[in-house]
Amino acid sequence: MTKLVGSGMPRLVGAALMLSTGAAYADIGTSIHKMFSLPEDMSHLKPTAVVMFCVFVLISLSITWWAAKRTKSTADFFTAGGNIGGFQNGLAITGDWCSSAALMGIAALLYSYGFDGLIYSVVPFGAWPLMMFLLAERLRNLGKYTVADIVSLRFARVPIRTLIASSSLAFVVGYLIVQMVGAGTLISNLFGLNYEMAQVMIGGLIVIYVAFGGMIATTYVQIVKAVLLLSGATFIVVAVMMRFGFSLHGLYQAAIDNHPTKEAVMQPGGLLPDPVNAISCGLMLLLGGAAMPHVLMRFFTVPNAKEARLSVAWAASLIGYFYLLTFVIGYGAIAFVMKNPEFMDTQTGLIRGGANMAAIHLASAMGGDLLLGFISAVAFATIVAVVAGLTIAGASAISHDLYANIFRHGKATDAEVMRMSRIAALSLGVLGMVLGIAFKDQNIAYLIVLPFTISSTVFFPVLFLSMYWRRLTTTGVVAGGWLGLASGVIMLILGPTIWKDILGHAAPLFPYKYPALFSIAISFGTMIIVSLLDKSDRAKEEIAAFADQYVRSQTGLGAEGAVQH
Amino acid sequence: MLSSTDASMENWYRAIDADPRFHALARQRSRLGWGLGGAVLVAYYSFILIIAFKPAWLVRPLGPTTVVTVGIAAGLAIIALCVALTGVYIWQANRDFDRKNREIVDDARRNA
Repeated sequence: MTKLVGSGMPRLVGAALMLSTGAAYADIGTSIHKMFSLPEDMSHLKPTAVVMFCVFVLISLSITWWAAKRTKSTADFFTAGGNIGGFQNGLAITGDWCSSAALMGIAALLYSYGFDGLIYSVVPFGAWPLMMFLLAERLRNLGKYTVADIVSLRFARVPIRTLIASSSLAFVVGYLIVQMVGAGTLISNLFGLNYEMAQVMIGGLIVIYVAFGGMIATTYVQIVKAVLLLSGATFIVVAVMMRFGFSLHGLYQAAIDNHPTKEAVMQPGGLLPDPVNAISCGLMLLLGGAAMPHVLMRFFTVPNAKEARLSVAWAASLIGYFYLLTFVIGYGAIAFVMKNPEFMDTQTGLIRGGANMAAIHLASAMGGDLLLGFISAVAFATIVAVVAGLTIAGASAISHDLYANIFRHGKATDAEVMRMSRIAALSLGVLGMVLGIAFKDQNIAYLIVLPFTISSTVFFPVLFLSMYWRRLTTTGVVAGGWLGLASGVIMLILGPTIWKDILGHAAPLFPYKYPALFSIAISFGTMIIVSLLDKSDRAKEEIAAFADQYVRSQTGLGAEGAVQH
Repeated sequence: MLSSTDASMENWYRAIDADPRFHALARQRSRLGWGLGGAVLVAYYSFILIIAFKPAWLVRPLGPTTVVTVGIAAGLAIIALCVALTGVYIWQANRDFDRKNREIVDDARRNA
């Protein structure tokens, strides 16, 4: 970890200085002019985009104002009082799940690689049925505010919460950097703001949403975003399919004709380099996707297991529907954007703004300025909503797990925990901005692998074994969790992406891009072996406590916030 | 160990644990969950392993009159399968599990 952060330090310090002293923006008049002036390739910027963007910001701020009045206790702040319905929560989960990578990233991969891009639509989706069959109801029946609450029902509070909260923060920060860097690039492309200004704007909005509106505001911002994203993607798909008389064959034929690789655009190629990487990447997306803390936290916002189940059913249907749309959007971009001089850079002859802009250009080609403006606002909403979800997950790890349960031994008052949550939200927002600026223009591909490696290596094994395996003990969880986390991060650093591509060594010390297969095996294996060897009295108590936990996980009797009848 | 302060909660847990209907329900639920989960994992890993080892299988068009390949159809089918199996689980849970669960819990509260 230190190594990852360390490599960005000089820039980070520079960025922090720039923000705090304002030296770089001494002349306010010039700087404002610079912030809002259009880069040369942005001459196509249309007022519709700016208007729709302002409408979204206004709506989200009104939601926050409304939510702030209803946020009175820590239960309101972390779980919206447990009062969200299954359908609303399903929409909000869709919002949490579909980051900017889902719309822009998958379209970009399809645009560049054809069929291989589809793998990233199909494979992560497998996490949803697994979550439904194995995790959702039990999580709701056992949980309170965070993932750590579930695990500390039976196990020692301090070591378990330290492990889970540290992993959650590493997850949140890794994911946050990816989103912030993507957001900065995207927004400077869409609205002609400069990159740093975009960071400050997103960071500022997030802090307002989370610090004042807590989970209530975050939930409704997610819902608005999910509705915008699904309807925007549907508009594009209907417009594309209309050109081909709703024939999938017609669309794919046009894509084949237009793409330089011709028929290969419909066939698996070389994006997944070898079988071990393919299996490892698949396992990472499946198990990691099923145990992301900002998504799991959403299960605690519904009143009972039945609504949790309903949330997953809605989320799975909506996300599945969205992924089906990507089958059309990606190939539509190949058919209508590729070779269209309107979207090509006059100098390089490549797509303007990079492949990530493929979906945006497609919107413009299909529906002109109006659809372009709408999709730009959707893309912005997509990013801020995901960042808000991550921020509240990080803030709850800091205030509920670390502050209230570890530093204050559960003796902090509601008001103190709320104050700490707001401080945490503010700090995470600022950290996001600073890291977003520090990582500008850097290769951040490995940072997408980091959070998924953490959730598949730490969260999934810990949650799964604690709910399904009687013999698990604190010693086993702590040994397996830390060893898995350390091995995953070390293999990632020594692997081809960081050791070879970023640090410039001749050959990687660990041969695979995706270490999840190995780190998951280490994590599960260590937890099982160490637990079996643990003969302490503490272990005996923990094993004995499984019976009660099991009844509660199955029946929901005694679940926090559950409606008693 | 559990966070509840309600002393009778412990008695209810014991009563439910002693109820054979509870264990029958838990077994039924776990059979369905693992059965459906197993189906999803088989579908997934077949897809991933075919991409890794036998990509040629996915290259052929579905028929002589279309350019839609087996690979595209398989991708669409897997997404549809996942949504359908999720539907099967929730249908069974709403229809049967919730009622049985309520009976077991209510009996335990009355008698323990």
